[in-house]
Formats: sequence, C-alpha cells, structure tokens
Amino acid sequence: MQQDRLKNLLSSGAIWGFIVLELIFFSIAGEYLSLSERAFMDLDNMLLLLKQSAPIGIIAVGMCVIMINGNIDLSVGAIFALCAIVMLDSMSWPMFDALGDWVIPVSACLALLTGCVLGFINGFIVWKTGVDAFIVTLGAMLGYRGLVFMYNGEQPTSNLNWTLVDMAEADILGVETPAIIFLVVVVVVWLIMSRTVHGRNAYAIGDNREAAVNAGIRVGPHFVMNFVLIGFLSALSAVAFYSASGSVNPNDGMLFELWAITAVVLGGTKLTGGKGSVIGTFGGVIAIQLLRKGLGHIGADSETVNLVIGCILIAVLFLDRQLNRKSTGELKV
Amino acid sequence: MPELNMRSIGGVLARQGILIAFIAFMIGFTLWNPRFIEPNNVFGVVRSSAILGVMALGVTFVVIGGNLDLSVGSMLSFSAIVVLDLHENPAFGPALAIPAMFAATLCLGAINGFLIGYLRLNSLIVTLGMLSAIHGLTLTYSGGQNMDIANQSATWFDVFGRGTAMGIPVPVLIFGLLAAFLGILLAKTPFGRKVYAVGGNGTAATFSGIPRARIVFFTYMISAFCVATAGLIQASRTMGAQNTVGQGLELEVLAAVILGGASLLGGSGTIFKTVIGVLILGFIQNGLLLAGLEFYVQFVVTWVIIILAVWLDIAAKRGKLWSPIA
Repeated sequence: MQQDRLKNLLSSGAIWGFIVLELIFFSIAGEYLSLSERAFMDLDNMLLLLKQSAPIGIIAVGMCVIMINGNIDLSVGAIFALCAIVMLDSMSWPMFDALGDWVIPVSACLALLTGCVLGFINGFIVWKTGVDAFIVTLGAMLGYRGLVFMYNGEQPTSNLNWTLVDMAEADILGVETPAIIFLVVVVVVWLIMSRTVHGRNAYAIGDNREAAVNAGIRVGPHFVMNFVLIGFLSALSAVAFYSASGSVNPNDGMLFELWAITAVVLGGTKLTGGKGSVIGTFGGVIAIQLLRKGLGHIGADSETVNLVIGCILIAVLFLDRQLNRKSTGELKV
Repeated sequence: MPELNMRSIGGVLARQGILIAFIAFMIGFTLWNPRFIEPNNVFGVVRSSAILGVMALGVTFVVIGGNLDLSVGSMLSFSAIVVLDLHENPAFGPALAIPAMFAATLCLGAINGFLIGYLRLNSLIVTLGMLSAIHGLTLTYSGGQNMDIANQSATWFDVFGRGTAMGIPVPVLIFGLLAAFLGILLAKTPFGRKVYAVGGNGTAATFSGIPRARIVFFTYMISAFCVATAGLIQASRTMGAQNTVGQGLELEVLAAVILGGASLLGGSGTIFKTVIGVLILGFIQNGLLLAGLEFYVQFVVTWVIIILAVWLDIAAKRGKLWSPIA
C-alpha cells in the first residue's frame, strides 16, 4: 500500500520535483559559476523562459493528446514551417491589398486552416487505410517538408509587419503574447481532456483500442479530430512565433517533433497510450527549457546542453521503467 | 501466410507490388528519357545511394528485431568527423584513423544495445535521446567547427569514396559486398533466424531459449558498424564533413527500410527488399530530376509512394482495402 502511494506520487509529481531541483541547482550554481550579473530566478528571466518555451510547448500539448491516444505525429515540424510560410506570404498577396492591417487576422486564419487541413490529411489516412500513424506521419514529414522547399527553394520567406510585431510583443503584467497563447492552450486542452467525453474517449482508446470499439466509440473519427487538433496547434505555434520574427527558413521546425515528444515523455505520458496529462506535459516543457536556459546561464555550450538532455531523457525512461515494471507484467529476462 | 496471399491475384500483385511498381517506374522513365537507363546514369544513382543504402542494411536488422534506430543520422556525422580529425592527426594517420573511428562508433552502438537489449528500455525514446546526445558529442568533439582536410592532394584514403575497382565505383562495391554478407547472415544463419524470432514474438523467443537481450544488442552493433562504414564513405567522398551531415538521414533510412516491406512491429523484412527500397528512393529522385521536375518534388512523391506501398501491403494481409478501424 505504502509503496503504491509512493509510486503514484513519484510518477505524477516527479516532474515538478525535478523542476524544483533544477531551480535550486541553477540558482546556487549561478552564484558561483555564472558570468552574468543577474540571478537565475529573476522574474524577468522566468517570464522570458515561458515565452521561449511557447513554440515547442504549444505543439507538445497537441502531441500529448496524440500520444494518450496511442499514436504519434512526426510531421509537426514540417506543418509548423509550412503554416509560417502561408501566414507570412499571404500578407503580401495583391488580393488582400485593400484590407490594410486587417490582413493580419486573415493571414493568421489561413495559416490555422492550413494546419487543420494538413492534420486532417494525416488523420484521414490513418483512419481509412489503417497504416500506422508512425509511418503516415513519417512520410508526411518528408512530404510536407518537400512542399516547404518547393515554395521558395532554399530561400527564406519573409514579410515583416510592424503592427504584427507590436501585437506579438504586447504584454499583460509582463507576460507576452506567445506565453499567453501557450497558457491558454494548456488550460483549454486540459479542460478538454479531463472534463469532456472526447477526453475520456481518448484515454479509453489509448488504453485498449479493441475495448473502446466494443464500447461503441468511433475510433477513426476520434483519431482524425486529434490529428486536426495537433495540426491546428502546430499552426498556432507558427503564428505565435513568426509574428515577431517575420522570416521563415525552409529548415525551421526541424527536430521540433523530437523536442515535443521528449517533453511529453518527461511529463509522464505513456508511449503505449492511455495514460498521461496535459499538466504533466506543461511541466515537461518547462523542465526542458529550464535545463537549456540554466546550462546556458552557468556557461555551458549548446553542445553540452544537447548531451545532457539526451542523457536525462534516457535516465527518466529508466526510472519510469523501474517504477512501473510490476504493472506491465512482462517477462523479466 | 504465403498461401493466404497466393489465393488471389490481387494478393500477389500487392505482395510484390513494390517490385512491380519499381519495374513499371523504370520502364516509364526510360521511355520518357532513354538516358535514364544508360550505365553511367544507373551507376551514378547507385553510387549516390550507397551511403543511405549501407545505413539501411544495419537498420534492417534493428527493425526486424522489433526495434527502431533513430540515432543513425547523428552517428554518421560523428563517425565522419572523427575519421577526418584522426586522419589529420599525426599520431594516427589514415591507417589508424579508420579502426579507431570504427571502435568509437561501435561504442555508441553498444550503449544503444545495452540500454535497449539488456535494460529493455523503449527503443524509440532511447535512440531519440541518443540522437541528441551524439549530436552534442560531435559538436563538443569538433568544437562546433566543420572538418575539412587541409591537404587536399589525393591519398589512398580517397579510394573509399571516389575510387573505382574493376570499373565499379568503390562505394557501390562496398554496398554490394556488405549487402551480400549481411543478407546471408540474416537469411542463412542461426543468428539471423533468432533475429526474426525475437522481433516476431519476443516472449515466445525467450521461452524457447533464445538470448533475447544479446540478439538485440548485436542488431544495434551491426547497425553501428554499418553507420561507421557509411561515415567512412562520406568522409572520403567529400574530404570534409559538417556537424550536421547526417541530420534527418535517419528518417530517409527508415523510409527505405519500410518501403522494402519490413514491418515496424518486427519479425519481417529482408536485406534484398531493403536494397530494392533504397534503389527505388534513388531512382525516383533521379528520374524526377531527369524529367525536369524540381528537386524537392521527390520528397512529396516519396511520401505518397511510402504510404501506398505500406497500405497495399497490409491491405493484402487483411484481405480488404479499407481499414477495420471503426
């Protein structure tokens, strides 16, 4: 009994404990090692951290839903880049000339629509052909990236709109627009997953697909909706990110899928589906961003950061396996 | 299983669909542009596919064993950088650089194999972590710099990437020999049978006394060996390497293996089919270029072909076109 409770606490609260540990470590290490004058746990620094984690965080929330379902989406990075191109390029289309600054919402909506359509294509193929989501989105990752490159070759696509930049850098109590969008997405998707039938069905399908079918859940359309959701969120992430920067390289968004998956797994979502939470994923995103920022704060290079993050990911996986070994009932070799 | 598929002509078509599509594709492009089938062009395609192909051979073992290897791309950058650096280093020289690089790459493969084989961690996440970790390792090793050979004059080291033997480009020769060797290893030896058994049903394999952990470990060692070979070809061909030379290659490799018909669930696939998968990817790219289409269109076409191939494959197995997902 005692052990069970301990296990539950460890598996659900581990990520927050990890974040606290990171904060303590970097605050203390920062005192001695850092070259910068500012303390690590500065409020501005933390707000910046939230803003910086927004692009991957928004995608990771969608990835969490997909993985609870027992699927995976590897095409998010390509969708991200393609939607950014749609948004930035459509702003300069002659047909929108008359709109003035009202072109901004139109372009953003076009980008979001693109994301939904691309997600729908993925979901529809998974549903109708029965090909594994891993393969479908792996192919889509190549295919959508091909579309990105076909658009402008290897040239960046850029269009800087100052009204848009002002909007992107507006803030409420110091929380800038991308961070607000990120927080809103977390709350909304958390509500969907914990308070609605759709969310309950997602857990049921991930836990046991056959049982879910027998219980009358329409698995295929459910998958499609979730793929549309992650497509939409990838596009939203692109809108939030590129509003301020105004220029997209065809290689942007590469490896985003890996970062998103890492955050989701760190947040305690099971790879096999059926278990996990949006709040945990939020923790995972923050933990990774803290790690990157903290290591930078104490003077580590980006290469060391990559190395450390890879090792931590594997360590977490190992710990998770040790804690959950009994429940899996697998043969121990 | 075979007789089930032999029942209908559609099943046969779907079973060998990828081969038939390949042949139809070759004929079509040859009719369009006769230059397509010229020996020069064919050799050119095979030579440029050799690096991808050699990596795909190793990943075939991993996939048949029921696992994934996403770390091969960063491992390729690692081995190419290491071999070039040691090649320049007077203490090593080209002759010692090659075995040292193989040893280093095999160490990485051993880490993969240990974590996934013996500790039974999820291969997707482990190799994802390794992708990041090895990339960091490469950057640390090279100090973030790209590696170039200062002395560009020809040495015997060139042979692996640019040489020819008996009129055949050496990369193609390496690819062919390695494919033949690994093909025999997989199809004709007890080890190969065990790889299929572990991938097909790990629990059953364990009960029948197959050392599952050790077999998985060896599939990752084979993968690392193939990556090291590919890295050698890469380094020697360009006499320089970027830290990111292998970035994204893991997915193309996986695409080739899947295109060849290996199931991601493990237990099926052959070296021969992987070679076909590699060649299809190469010839599609080349054919589209000769047809005057933009280079990047091939990504989109590859996507469509992968999904069609896998779809037809599983449709043939379940006996109907549309999926049973409700």
